[in-house]
Amino acid sequence: MSMEIPYTVEVRPDTGLNNGKIGIWLFLASEVMLFGALFASYVMLRVGAHEWPAGATYLNIPLATLNTVILISSSVTMVLAWASLVKRDFARFRLFMGITILCGLGFLVIKYFEYTAKFHHGYFPATNTFLAIYFTLTGLHGLHVVGGMAVNSYLWGPGSALYKSDPVHFTNRVENAGLFWHLVDLVWIFLFPILYLL
Amino acid sequence: MSESHDHKDAHAGHADVDHHVRAAYYVFGSLLLLTGFTVGAYFLHLPHKLAITLALLIATVKGSLVAAWFMHLVSERTLIYWVLGLTALLFLPLLLLPTVTVLDRVMLH
Repeated sequence: MSMEIPYTVEVRPDTGLNNGKIGIWLFLASEVMLFGALFASYVMLRVGAHEWPAGATYLNIPLATLNTVILISSSVTMVLAWASLVKRDFARFRLFMGITILCGLGFLVIKYFEYTAKFHHGYFPATNTFLAIYFTLTGLHGLHVVGGMAVNSYLWGPGSALYKSDPVHFTNRVENAGLFWHLVDLVWIFLFPILYLL
Repeated sequence: MSESHDHKDAHAGHADVDHHVRAAYYVFGSLLLLTGFTVGAYFLHLPHKLAITLALLIATVKGSLVAAWFMHLVSERTLIYWVLGLTALLFLPLLLLPTVTVLDRVMLH
C-alpha cells in the first residue's frame, strides 16, 4: 500500500506554495543557523587571539579563486538545468545537470589537492586555531558539496524516471535541489574571503 | 478554447524562464567581476579594517545576487520571506552576541 505525499505539484491554498518548496526553505534556514554558529565561532576565535595568521601563510589563493569560479559556474548551469525542464527539454537538462555535477567534482578534486598539500607540510587541525577553524568550515562545506552532488546525480540518473510520468513534480524536485546547491555556493562566497584573503 | 489558454500559459511560462536565464547570465558576469575585485583588493594590501570591510561588502553583494536571482527570491511567495526574516532575526544575535563578549578586545584593536 503506497501513501501519496500531498501538495508535491499543486499549491497549498493556505501557504501559496507546494510542500517541497516550503520544506527546502525551512531546511535552508536551519543550514544558515548551522554555518552562522561556525561563523560566530570564527569571529570570536579571531578577535580573542593574540595573533592571527594571514590566510596566504597556509592557504593557496589561486586554487581557492579557481574553486570560486567553478562553484559560481555550477550555480549557473544548475539554473540552466532547471530552465531546460520548465521548457520540457530533457536532453538539455541532462547536459547542464551533468556539467553541474562535474563542477562539484572539480571543486572536490581541487580541495583534495589543497588538503593533501597541507598534510604534506605538517599542517593539521591540531596545529593551531586558524587551521582548526579552516578545516572545520571547509570540511563541513565540502560535505555539503558531496551531499548536493549525491542528490544531483540521483536526479540526473535513476531519479529522472519521474520526468516521464510526472514532469512538473520532477521539475519541482530539481528546483529544490538547485536551491540547496545555490546555498552551498553562497556559503563559499563568504568562506573564500574570510579564510583566504583576510 | 481551453487548449488555447494552456498554450498561452505555456508561452508566458517560457517567457518568464527566458527572463530568468538572461538574468542568470548577467548575474554570472557580475559574480566573476566581483570575485576579481575581491582578489584584486587583496593584492592592493589595503589597511586591515578597510580590507575587512571591503571584502565583506563585496561578499554580501555577491551573496545577495545569488539569493535574489539564482534562488528566485526576487519573485518568491510572502511565506518564504517570513521564514527568512525569522532566520535573520535569530541569526544576527547568534553572530553578534559572542562578539559582544569580546568587545573590549575589539575596541583595543
